[in-house]
Amino acid sequence: MSVLSLKDVHITYHTASGGVPAVRGVNLEVAKGEVLGLAGESGCGKSTIAAAILRLLPGTTKVEGSITLDGEDVLAMKPGRLRAVRWTGASIVFQGAMHALNPVQRVGDQIGEAITVHNQAGEREARVRVGALLEQVGLPTRRAMDFPHELSGGQKQRVMIAMALACNPSLVIADEPTTALDVMVQAQVLRLMKELQRDLGLSMVFITHDLSVLVETSDRLAIMYAGKVVEEGSAATVFHDPKHPYTAALAAAFPEIGDRRFRGNPTGLGGDPPDPQEIPSGCPFHPRCSVAFADCERTVPELYPAGEGRRAACLLVEGAKTVATGVSE
Amino acid sequence: MQSPPITPGGDPNLTGDRMPESLPELRSPRRIRRARRRRAHTTIWKEYRKSKMGMAGLLILVFFVAVAIFAVFSSKDGLDPTKVFGPRLAPPSLKYPLGTDNFGVSVLTQVIQGSKISLLVGLVASVMTITIGALIGIVAGYRGGAYDTLLMRFTDFGLVVPWLALAIILASIIGPSLVTIILVIGLTSWPSTARLVRSQVLSVRERPYVERARALGGGNWHMIGHHVLPNVMPVILANAVLVVAIAILSETALSFLGLGDPFSFSWGGVIESAFNGHATTLGAWWWIAPPGICIVLVVLSFTMIGFALDEIINPRLRER
Repeated sequence: MSVLSLKDVHITYHTASGGVPAVRGVNLEVAKGEVLGLAGESGCGKSTIAAAILRLLPGTTKVEGSITLDGEDVLAMKPGRLRAVRWTGASIVFQGAMHALNPVQRVGDQIGEAITVHNQAGEREARVRVGALLEQVGLPTRRAMDFPHELSGGQKQRVMIAMALACNPSLVIADEPTTALDVMVQAQVLRLMKELQRDLGLSMVFITHDLSVLVETSDRLAIMYAGKVVEEGSAATVFHDPKHPYTAALAAAFPEIGDRRFRGNPTGLGGDPPDPQEIPSGCPFHPRCSVAFADCERTVPELYPAGEGRRAACLLVEGAKTVATGVSE
Repeated sequence: MQSPPITPGGDPNLTGDRMPESLPELRSPRRIRRARRRRAHTTIWKEYRKSKMGMAGLLILVFFVAVAIFAVFSSKDGLDPTKVFGPRLAPPSLKYPLGTDNFGVSVLTQVIQGSKISLLVGLVASVMTITIGALIGIVAGYRGGAYDTLLMRFTDFGLVVPWLALAIILASIIGPSLVTIILVIGLTSWPSTARLVRSQVLSVRERPYVERARALGGGNWHMIGHHVLPNVMPVILANAVLVVAIAILSETALSFLGLGDPFSFSWGGVIESAFNGHATTLGAWWWIAPPGICIVLVVLSFTMIGFALDEIINPRLRER
């Protein structure tokens, strides 16, 4: 059974200028011990999905569809049950660790907070567990007595990871865990997360805009654009053999050092992501797409089969032709 | 706060009582907690001692508290005009270091007895003010929505009503007494605290670590107790010290207007009787100046302590 399953999830933010559809019909599955990478540009709905899994969105936000965590419907939970499930069912490694730590509390107490909130241990056992968690993320136990401002960015992110593991959750959501770190520290933190995932058999959702990070950390990838999944499949194949032009553009944005194809030939993606309130007709990507044709403006592409265990929402995929002809006949 | 002090072959004090015996000691959690608390307290004290301003303020306050304690235990016979036969309006002398008033009562005795009342009223009234203000500010800021609107309009109402007029009306309804003065100050001076606390709560509420605490599964009480309150505490404390000062000044004003307890002496009361006794026109500076100077000094000491404390309690202000 899958740890997390999202079925036809629609999320609409409430603003003064009307509803803003941030997520428009997303289906995702995370199996036990699997790492799902979720990638896309800013504003494509990745972090919204992360927050929706624990129902952390503002009260006025409309969430439709079904989100199931460990076989339990998150959207139907009563407040008390929801609070019990938060962090024990799924935990989050937040983006920007420097702000997710309370500046006036020792980091050890903040990790222990997760344990004591759920009455998983007394104060003393919690302290022992905090020490073990810190060792696990490669920090000396005595760091528990430090205030956040005494730690470096990488150390703070390690503290956040330790905190995420505190209640042995069945799912860890990493929401851009390396965004604010420099490249060297980023590599260390990623290696740590990968090791922890392997050693503890964690199920994870790994959210980032950096596709090259996901290739190393994830088993499967889902690429999002304008609130929808546009391509999914195993991490390596999606990155090295993208089927959707958007994925291709994302992958090309990270040149491989030493590869002659990238030398003197920088590639990128022109234009800006669409305004969620004015999503283009047909395929939302067609105004920026280099291979768009007339049909793209009219037909909304679904996720068509695109090779083994892969799907892509593009009319150019082989699967699209068979499905389209199948419908017309 | 840091790692246990490891002094290679060094300090005999440390190696004597901490290093070897610390292992069996560590087994009892209560002892660990007590030791940690003691260490935390000594750190705060060490930090505080570095602040010259804080130490000066503390010194003044300790002096006046000592005077107040002395006043509690000393006899009050010298204050009864019917039992006093000293010279009237005598300037300071050896027998009457601060002179006498128009009944021949020693001004020094009055000032000493006044310290007790002024400090008591100042402290109790400010505790009341801070409690009401912080409660309303936190509920309004944290819950938001209708709670916020309702509580803040109520606060605005409290802010625009001239407090002195309200205080006089309240005092005359309840009748002049010590409790009245405390109640009146407490019930009229909370709105500015409430506004201040609310604005800070609004900013704290939106910080990512509060969202993280919610993701952690913390309830409203947990969030307020663990994250909101500790982060607005510096504001509350800094404000509390100012409120003590304001409460002492308010008490002076109310007593000066004759709304204080007629049977107890406060500094404001002494100034009132000096004013009614035409101390200024008679040139009896020793009658009117000492209580005024005392008020200034006590108010100043609270402000100085407040600044010093704020620096220590708020780790972000602390220099490392």
